[in-house]
Amino acid sequence: MAEMICIVCPRGCRLTVDEASGAVTGNSCPRGEAYGRSEILDPRRVYTGTVRITGASLPRGPVKSSAPIKTPLLMDVSREIESVTLISPVRRGDAALKNVLGTGIDIVVTRDM
Amino acid sequence: MYDVIIVGCGITGAAAAFALSRYKLSVLVLEKENDIAIGATRANSAIIHAGYDPEPGTLMARLNVRGCEMAAELCAQLDVPYKNCGSLVLAFDDNDVKSIRALYERGVQNGVKRLELIDSRRLRELEPCVSDKAVAALYAPTSGIVNPWEYALAMAEVAALNGVKFLLSHPVTYITGQLGGFTVTSCGEQFNARYVVNAAGVDSAAVHEMVAEKAFTIKPSRGDYFLLDKSEGSRAKHTLFQCPGPAGKGVLVSPTVHGNLLAGPNAVSCLDAHRVNTTAEGLAFVKTHALKSVPGINFRDTIRSFAGMRANSDRNDFIIGFPVPGFLDLAGIKSPGLTCAPATGEYAAGLLEQHGLELVKKDSPVTARRKIRFKELSIPEKQRLISENPLYGRVICRCETITEGEIVEACHSPIPPVSVDGIKRRAGTGMGRCQGGFCGPRVLEILCRERGISPLEALKDGEGSVILFNETKAGGRA
Amino acid sequence: MNWELIVIGAGPAGLAAALAAYDKGLRKIAIIERDRYAGGILNQCIHNGFGLHRFKEELTGPEYALKFIDRLRDTTIELICDTMVLHITPDRQVHTVSAEKGYQVYSASSIFLAMGCRERPRGAISIPGDRPAGVFTAGTAQRYINLEGYMCAKRVVILGSGDIGLIMARRLTLEGAKVLCCVEIMPHSSGLARNIAQCLKDFDIPLYLNHTVTDVTAANGRVSSVTVSRVDANRAPIPGTEMVFDCDTLLLSVGLIPENELSREAGIEIDPRTNGPFVYENMETSMKGVFAGGNVVHVHDLVDYVSEESAKAGEGAARFVSSAENADEAYIRMLNGDNVSYTVPQRIRPGRLEGSVKLFFRVRSKLGASVIKVSDASGQELASFKRLSMSPGEMENIFLPKEVFQKARGDISVSASEA
Repeated sequence: MAEMICIVCPRGCRLTVDEASGAVTGNSCPRGEAYGRSEILDPRRVYTGTVRITGASLPRGPVKSSAPIKTPLLMDVSREIESVTLISPVRRGDAALKNVLGTGIDIVVTRDM
Repeated sequence: MYDVIIVGCGITGAAAAFALSRYKLSVLVLEKENDIAIGATRANSAIIHAGYDPEPGTLMARLNVRGCEMAAELCAQLDVPYKNCGSLVLAFDDNDVKSIRALYERGVQNGVKRLELIDSRRLRELEPCVSDKAVAALYAPTSGIVNPWEYALAMAEVAALNGVKFLLSHPVTYITGQLGGFTVTSCGEQFNARYVVNAAGVDSAAVHEMVAEKAFTIKPSRGDYFLLDKSEGSRAKHTLFQCPGPAGKGVLVSPTVHGNLLAGPNAVSCLDAHRVNTTAEGLAFVKTHALKSVPGINFRDTIRSFAGMRANSDRNDFIIGFPVPGFLDLAGIKSPGLTCAPATGEYAAGLLEQHGLELVKKDSPVTARRKIRFKELSIPEKQRLISENPLYGRVICRCETITEGEIVEACHSPIPPVSVDGIKRRAGTGMGRCQGGFCGPRVLEILCRERGISPLEALKDGEGSVILFNETKAGGRA
Repeated sequence: MNWELIVIGAGPAGLAAALAAYDKGLRKIAIIERDRYAGGILNQCIHNGFGLHRFKEELTGPEYALKFIDRLRDTTIELICDTMVLHITPDRQVHTVSAEKGYQVYSASSIFLAMGCRERPRGAISIPGDRPAGVFTAGTAQRYINLEGYMCAKRVVILGSGDIGLIMARRLTLEGAKVLCCVEIMPHSSGLARNIAQCLKDFDIPLYLNHTVTDVTAANGRVSSVTVSRVDANRAPIPGTEMVFDCDTLLLSVGLIPENELSREAGIEIDPRTNGPFVYENMETSMKGVFAGGNVVHVHDLVDYVSEESAKAGEGAARFVSSAENADEAYIRMLNGDNVSYTVPQRIRPGRLEGSVKLFFRVRSKLGASVIKVSDASGQELASFKRLSMSPGEMENIFLPKEVFQKARGDISVSASEA
């Protein structure tokens, strides 16, 4: 049995997951159940960080992954973004980096700059 | 060849430079730190003492009374925050009553004016927040409070405007020669002077020993302080002392010129004069003793705790004199050194003259200084200032209402700052309740812009105190 | 010109209040912002987790702010940036200063205070030791890293487990720094449980509860080590438990304080429990026509509630302006019962209530399965609620129907106890 805190919402439910069966208890909603199961089988997080930008009022812009990324890849994603420089203007939702590390997931801008 | 080289620029060195700058002399000040006034001068009780503490007949007693008399006018002339708030030495028992009587006698002998022994009723009228347990007090209406580093900066800036040269980050390593021809080595460079003044604070014994036999020992003493928010500033109207003991004048509670409340110090002998750290025990001691004077202090409203180092010595008096001809010690300047400073500077100039330095007055030396303090201006004055320079309309430090105009002015002042704290000391940014949390990054940005340096070179305070290590996303640089 | 509403601060509170007042019919609304753009602290909160309550989607800070900023374009609300409010007066004059317009005094029929909060600095907790470079509040570090693109740390100890500190533990790690530990003096974290999981556990960063920093040393002007000690039940350090961490940075996440300089100076009554203004059911302060919401009233965990509370205040301001709803009325005080450290609102005028009151509060200590009891001065129980667990780090709320206040005899207290 694995115990964990659900991060789907600020409520922070304390989940218990049976590794063998994937059965989740302690959740208050279906999303919590899905989180508990995926956390055992394939833990993922939305990546958030910054990217270099020129010509904007600030030297960095905020970015996120368009979908949750495998947790162990987060550090690699952060390093991958090192090589990107955007040129202003960019709109929220624009891709800063497509298909990061071959995951099929994009890194997108979250502010108009 | 300089006429005079002053080693060290705390309040005493600055006062000596200020005094000498009125005369037709070439003067050089060598300061080992990257800014002036960042030793004992920046961390102390900020009191202009009336002069009842020093033993009658000492140099300290004479300079104290004189320095206290000079303070109000000089501060007005130099635009230094000063307030003649008066002080009270509290007596809690019969022994204390004897002590304050003795202090009163001393004060009278020293020539302190308007001293009064007051009873508990009068004490409560003067100071409503004082402890019920205080039974009497010595009242010294001539005592005051000052911004100590600004006092030193103002004297040094005026000296600079009068042609005194200041070299910062210049520790003195050797001094050779004699009257008429000293060679002072600093940063591998040699500077020649007819006279040398040793105002090196905690390092004054070491500088003395570069030219003369060992004659005294500096016994550094550290003290911790609490600085409380302006919300606590009205707890004390006067500087409230307890009776002095063997460790010094004891823990005081005092208003500050900025409207905060100050409590401290304790006194701890230190081996390392350069580690000025606070300790949990020291802070706890200060808290307990401050609450004895003013039980209502809310220490939860502390905005800063800090420690100061006093350059005490093994003597009972200041060490002022010529161990060898032409080399003047201004050493062992312990409390009340801040109060004495302008008198000490004047006295030092007189001694140099007695020893052959010709003091010829300049025709029209700078004697005053004016600073723009945006928040103290009237609305029409604010409007006019902003229309002349829009930078005065941009508030950077929101706690203290300090504008970009004032910061830029500080950056280009006669002794320009090289650090964020250097700007704090000149413009007052980051002095308030957020302690630079909000304005720190913006002050850094302005400092870098005005000095033409990279943020990676910007310092918080002394040498080495870098704030930022590297850029993020450095790999993306084109 | 007379503004119907002047909003001070264009962070999430100010934006929500201005838009809500607009939706209720006000047209002459100005938002005065000291920064160069709207959004407030959300601009540097680039992580996700915002908006789940309000928008049912997970947004980053800038995205959450844009949901409001985008709407401004379709309104007559005027956004005045790079302008600092210096004073407000009881007759609702707003004194401002800016580089562009100089010293300006605006008058308003109503004012909304949305100045947010600030971080407690090192001095506020009197950490002993040296005072070198390398001691930052978490928010200052966040600004350097996320907005300005500079790293201010390589090896870090974090004191305090507030949410910003936890979020910064992850940010610093992702930017290549080594976060050695997070230290919390209390027996429980003051941040959200999900942030402990995704910011510390994901990166194997230890959390030391019941510990604090007892010394800071410097080398060459920068932090060189931080000493961490265990504390006893009275939060006093236990000698002999010291751990020394070689590091260059101490990050502080030791609490937030509502920023009420303007309110205090104007003479608005401040609740010592929250450090924010006392507010009525419609978020009006003790000064007629002056409303407040968000972190200037009490420190929130979730921006969603900041928006909700501020929108309520914006509606209150609109009603005040349009119906001159300004008669003095009797109010019921909301008091701390056992285990409760504050409530917001603190004052309810039953005559002004339309529907129910959403009451926010925090508990003093961590509780398991508990009961929240609402009772009046006579001891009469007016309402009760159940919770599986409660923690001081997580703001609680309950809905109290209008009838509760009609039934109440005297002031009302809210208490919490384990079932």
